[in-house]
Amino acid sequence: MNGTDTTLLDIRDRFPCLEQQVHGKRLAYLDSAATALKPACVIDAVTQHYTQESANIHRGVHHLSEKATASFEAARETVRAHLNAAHTHEIIFTSGTTDSINLVAQAFGQLEIGKGDEILITEMEHHSNIVPWQLLRERSGAVLRVAPISDDGDVDREAFRASLNERTKLVAFTAVSNALGTVNPVAEMAAEAHAAGASVLVDAAQGVPVQPMDVQALDCDFLAFSGHKVFGPTGIGVLYGKEGLLEAMPPVKGGGDMILSVTFEKTTYNALPYTFEAGTAHIAGAIGLGRALEFVSELGYAAIETHEAAILADAFEALQAIEGVRLVGTPSRRKGIISFLVDEIHPHDLGTILDQEGVAIRAGHHCAQPVMAHFGVPATARASFSLYNNHDDIDQLVAAIQKAQEIFG
Amino acid sequence: MNVSDDLYQEIILDHSRSPRHYGCPLNHTHCAAGRNPLCGDEYQVYLTLDEDGVIRDASFEGAGCAISKASTSLMLEQLIGKHHEQARALFETFHDMVTNPGGDHDTKVLGKLAAFSGIWKFPSRVKCAILCWHAVRNALDGKTTASTE
Ligand SMILES: Cc1ncc(COP(=O)(O)O)c(C=O)c1O
Repeated sequence: MNGTDTTLLDIRDRFPCLEQQVHGKRLAYLDSAATALKPACVIDAVTQHYTQESANIHRGVHHLSEKATASFEAARETVRAHLNAAHTHEIIFTSGTTDSINLVAQAFGQLEIGKGDEILITEMEHHSNIVPWQLLRERSGAVLRVAPISDDGDVDREAFRASLNERTKLVAFTAVSNALGTVNPVAEMAAEAHAAGASVLVDAAQGVPVQPMDVQALDCDFLAFSGHKVFGPTGIGVLYGKEGLLEAMPPVKGGGDMILSVTFEKTTYNALPYTFEAGTAHIAGAIGLGRALEFVSELGYAAIETHEAAILADAFEALQAIEGVRLVGTPSRRKGIISFLVDEIHPHDLGTILDQEGVAIRAGHHCAQPVMAHFGVPATARASFSLYNNHDDIDQLVAAIQKAQEIFG
Repeated sequence: MNVSDDLYQEIILDHSRSPRHYGCPLNHTHCAAGRNPLCGDEYQVYLTLDEDGVIRDASFEGAGCAISKASTSLMLEQLIGKHHEQARALFETFHDMVTNPGGDHDTKVLGKLAAFSGIWKFPSRVKCAILCWHAVRNALDGKTTASTE
């Protein structure tokens, strides 16, 4: 597989989870869009924190606390560099993409969004980029608009542009669709939103794992992603926000770390990024995420993209060659995610049979029920590919699908 | 463990391909929906009870996986002609069989439903097998929706 690039040759050895067998079979892990496996270096970084420097941060004067604080803040700087943000204090640690988007819905919502103001999203969003805006709509009386997708699974750009107007305050959309694999032209869409005077939030949960997300080049105002999808720990994520906006936004959670001084009469808030980080952070998670992003940088997006494109092409060809397999969505640009259906077999039954063959896929609505509704299906099977996948995984997938067809034949 | 022996037995495949008692009746006395928001399974179950509380007719419609469809079809076959108290008792026995493998199940009363006796080996699918049982119980209790996740 992938004979031209040797960067990823022994990559599978770096993921301890791949060493196991599942139901007595080799594991073909094709569910990285749900969560990516963790390389040993990330697991080690987390363990190293707990074994060597387990302490709270920003408050202790003792040695362990100082070490932990330094590691935590170094991770923040790693995130900044990864996203090419202008300032380290524009990086806020959250619990994940969902938490980041909710933070914006709360704080930016309070700052900017009132009755009659409009928020624009797209039909391909994950529920976590839909529901926070519905809640904001209920709180504020704002209008939530949805730019439709085409039957190929691309955002209908004309409708997107037509939905923008002087009342649009925020445009929130995904960089890569978790249900269809569609890659959106983030910079172009952001520029159109800005031209209408709106701010832009990019859901980069599926973007950061597969492509560079340079917040300055893309010129987005907010960007959200989760550690666990980019080879990092669960329970940690990031909100990037432009300094000026973050400074203007009110804090939405109160507690320790986000304050400078507290009396019962008046509390003064700490500076960015701590304004938005109330309470003890997921310190080990942030350190693990920093290591995960370093891991990605060491391999380089170029190698990752080449590898994933080759795997995707392989998978595409193999799936299309199976009679009875129907692909859901044929976007113009796609990253390593394929949604599909097999004959009349319900995706859950398919998922169970594949699992027995050691093949891990996702079956369901992928937290994107509007996408399912668009294609008129309650659920799909989804295979997603990452840098540790190879040709054997595709062969195993194909054989397992054929087995399911035999059982249901 | 083997999917063909423990899960997709011929009788289950048969009932999923051609479900019995399928469709919406003209009349019914009780009805409830069975929904699994995670899978997108969605069924409607209709029951007709006589004055004595005996289930005279039953049917269902909707969409979902092979397990939920076959389980509903096989369940309704068993329930027709039973008193609603017997139906509730059967629910308990079936529930026990699919969730408690070590239990002492009276497979005689379960009849063809014994085909689901291996499903405990697939924890994520137990909810599929039990979905419309919940709907039936809710229908009998006068509730209109059952959901499992
Ligand atoms: C596009 C997209 N947005 C948001 C999320 C939510 O991420 P998390 O559950 O880590 O908050 C996901 C995860 O599935 C996703 O794929």
